[in-house]
Amino acid sequence: MANKSVWSDNRFWQRSAAWVTGFASVLLIWLTFDTMGQIAIGTDADLQSGVTKRVPGPTVINYKISYEMSTKRGHEVPVIGEKEKFFGRDDYSEEEAGALLHLGKLGSQAKNCMNCHTLLGNGAYYAPDLTKAWLDPAWQDGGTMQAMTGKSTKEEAMAEFLQHPSTYPTHSRMMPNLGITAQEAKGLVAFLKHMSSIDTNGFPRNFGRMQGAVNGK
Amino acid sequence: MANKFTGIGSESKQLATWYFTFAAIIFGAQLLFGLVAAIQYVMPGFLFEVVDFNVARMIHINALVVWMVFAMFGSVYYLLPDETGIETIGIKIGKLLFWIFAAAIVVVVLVYLLVQVGPATETTIWFINEGREYIEAPRWADWGIVVVALGFVANLWLTGMSGKRSGIVTVLMADMIAFAGLYLAGMFFTDNIVMDQYWWWWVIHLWVEATWEVFVGAIAAYGLITMIGASRKVVEMWLWIEVAMLFGSGILGIGHHYFWIGTPEYWWEIGALFSALEPLPLVAMFIHVMYDWGKQQGKQNASGEVVSVINNKPAFLWFWMNAFGNFLGAGIWGFFHTLPQVNLYTHGTQFTSAHGHLAFFGAYATILIGMMYIAVQGKNGIKVLKHTKSSIWAVSMIVGGVMGMTIALTIAGYVQVLVSRAQMGATWAGYFDGQQGVWFAQAMDWRLLMGVITFLGFIFLVKDLLSTGKNPVHER
Repeated sequence: MANKSVWSDNRFWQRSAAWVTGFASVLLIWLTFDTMGQIAIGTDADLQSGVTKRVPGPTVINYKISYEMSTKRGHEVPVIGEKEKFFGRDDYSEEEAGALLHLGKLGSQAKNCMNCHTLLGNGAYYAPDLTKAWLDPAWQDGGTMQAMTGKSTKEEAMAEFLQHPSTYPTHSRMMPNLGITAQEAKGLVAFLKHMSSIDTNGFPRNFGRMQGAVNGK
Repeated sequence: MANKFTGIGSESKQLATWYFTFAAIIFGAQLLFGLVAAIQYVMPGFLFEVVDFNVARMIHINALVVWMVFAMFGSVYYLLPDETGIETIGIKIGKLLFWIFAAAIVVVVLVYLLVQVGPATETTIWFINEGREYIEAPRWADWGIVVVALGFVANLWLTGMSGKRSGIVTVLMADMIAFAGLYLAGMFFTDNIVMDQYWWWWVIHLWVEATWEVFVGAIAAYGLITMIGASRKVVEMWLWIEVAMLFGSGILGIGHHYFWIGTPEYWWEIGALFSALEPLPLVAMFIHVMYDWGKQQGKQNASGEVVSVINNKPAFLWFWMNAFGNFLGAGIWGFFHTLPQVNLYTHGTQFTSAHGHLAFFGAYATILIGMMYIAVQGKNGIKVLKHTKSSIWAVSMIVGGVMGMTIALTIAGYVQVLVSRAQMGATWAGYFDGQQGVWFAQAMDWRLLMGVITFLGFIFLVKDLLSTGKNPVHER
């Protein structure tokens, strides 16, 4: 027994496996606590006082959002600018904006968006990524979608498209009609606008830059 | 008492065959709806507004998860009497839970197909679908799954504690409780999509890149002992080393899903480092299978008797495919795009899909099919189960088909990364520029063709599994 090497001892490896697993799990849980704090949704007060949150509060829909290169961080980040009307208003209260976001997030799951699109890059690859869809040049003033849907703002154009997607085909691969109501469409657009304000560490890279529009403006 | 070759008389092994049978049916559904989705890439009008891509794809990936979970439960019920030396405790409840589980799955799939989507309310999340990739099952079914999983874990624990508790059983007991517990992380609703995806990955990643991999290690250990008579002491030592390596890299490897979903930058370093280590245990597992096989065969040859040590040829071939496929699909194809510098451009493209196809197949489908062959051997009291024409056709066509799909999707992924992402800046227009490229379109044609070959291989597989038990070619 004295000559038996520890490296061929089952108990040694069993204990090693337990220690390694325990250590990795503890580290993951510790990092999770830190991450939870950093990804908690912000408040209206943060937005008014210019505090940058990775996930801004729902009232971010009252503001203009753009996606700009940060020389400090070396990639693009969402920038929250001056007030901007959203369906004709820029004074949504925390409750109103929160209710719209809630409706939109529920809608994104109930309509199974993720099994064609990607959200934050996760989902299916049959349709475009929606992470920064709000900033897509196609929906901006002068973009193709406002003209096609006959609407004069991007939120109205998006809402119209979501309610009648197969009426406005852009490619042979079309979005099907999912029975989205006018109110649900408004919620979904609020959800998309909010998602575009999330700090995704520069994903997607160069978004919108190659289409003539500068950084989603 | 049950032994390695006779599942006859063991209720646990009988229940295992039920699980395997239902798993095979769902496997077929997975492939059929995969074909529907593949056809839609080539002909977008196919079943438009009847069974749309989102529905076909949801059933494709849900059926994948479900058949694998069924086959995993089946594998455990199959090996428990051999490992512990006693009949599984609580087997009657196990059988009842099987029927509840199977019935719930049928209801969930019918609702997916017939109702598809609902209004933006909590009711939809509870009764139609949850709209979260891989775990779309509505909340009522989530609770059903929790109950069934708890029953399964209880059976495993009670049996493990009463009978002989081998290293394999100990690993399974710890692993299955983590596997069941992690599901709870995916059962809540939040308005914050970042929070949503953070916990969603706890289920998806900590299943497929941690607990499921450890499960595969345990099953491979059982298979080596059963099929080639490998030394339990050596096999179990390797198993503990594999557990250390798999959990050591896989648990924090979750960081590679946290690069771009709104989570802090430190996940870049943690995710890159630990997920880059994830292929190492997969290499080790492959070497382990080759080493044990060579060692056992060498011992046999040295005794002057030159016959194969393998007592179940098709099962061993599938286990070998698992050892190599796990390394290739999960290890190599995963490593391709696991560093944040690369992943910034590949995240959310067909690249992921290529990896997904080869990894799920290589790491899980293969070994679970192997377990089905071991069950056929046991059920029919066969001493040496040999290949048939069908078993050879099945393995060739399925492996060839999945490899073909993977290569086609990898090429499609390259086009997407270079055209849609790097060149066109990831917009709606950029996305379709990539999709309409000739190389992308050709890749999707090839993927469909290879998908059809995979499906034909599946038909050979089912035919063989159903008929080979009565084939006189085997040694009894």
